[in-house]
Amino acid sequence: MRAAVIQFPGSNCDTDCQAALTSFPGVEADLVWHKETSLAGYDAVILPGGFSYGDYLRCGSIARFSPIMTAVRHAASTGVLVLGICNGFQILCEAGLLPGTLMRNSGLLFRCEHRFLRVENTATPFTSSFELGAVLDLPIAHGEGNYFADPETLQALNANNQVLLRYAEADGNISVAANPNGSLENIAGICSHGRNVFGLMPHPERVCDLLLGGTDGRGIFESMIDAVSSVRA
Amino acid sequence: MKAVVTVMPKPAILDPAGVATGQAMEHLGLHGVRSVRIGKSIEIEVEGASEQQLHEIAHDLLSNPVVEDYKLTIL
Repeated sequence: MRAAVIQFPGSNCDTDCQAALTSFPGVEADLVWHKETSLAGYDAVILPGGFSYGDYLRCGSIARFSPIMTAVRHAASTGVLVLGICNGFQILCEAGLLPGTLMRNSGLLFRCEHRFLRVENTATPFTSSFELGAVLDLPIAHGEGNYFADPETLQALNANNQVLLRYAEADGNISVAANPNGSLENIAGICSHGRNVFGLMPHPERVCDLLLGGTDGRGIFESMIDAVSSVRA
Repeated sequence: MKAVVTVMPKPAILDPAGVATGQAMEHLGLHGVRSVRIGKSIEIEVEGASEQQLHEIAHDLLSNPVVEDYKLTIL
């Protein structure tokens, strides 16, 4: 798999994503500056976490107009895997590649902690390596992760099984107590209707090595690698 | 041309920062606070723009139509 990790001014998880990706055999991951205009030849595009453009105006609102976003949009429309993590999720929502938006956390606090996430759908290129209902232990670090969409959009997301991760308790129970930010229906990650664009607030790239405290994030990248190699085969 | 764009959270959207600020007002002795909503005011000076262009910028960049409304005022 050949992946592009987009660097916006203010991205700060770009090299973490690159390190996580290249820890898998046969995966190449290039850092691609946001002023570039082509993503030709890449199987996957990662929009990493951080504070693109200082989160000025709204999170992701300026990054969505970066030159590279035309190429990201084109890649998404041709079935290339697009993964947005944290600020990358916010950018995908602002760009209209995913529905809804991420608002200020309901408790107003920046939440930087580990959370449990339940896998809600495994029939996607991002979650195929998990068991349905698996509970992952992933770190979150955000001030604006409160997912909101209007009732029609929410209904469509559920009807199409586009919610891939929800904040849960350790036993997988979805509760208000497990929700760190006020997100609608504990939503932590959603995919596009076509399944090839995925945005999530937690940071899988930070838990891809036991030295860093866990490996629960690896399954997302493993799933992407499997999906890419099965397309090629 | 000078213009002001006011961006506000939609009425149906909970504004936690506004709620917290309203509680602080109560603490300071301003009783009977029923609602506080926090938005943004963006002042623009621009040459040769049309009102239509400013509406597009206000809709596409300055506000997020999912959760915010904007008002454009040409000064």
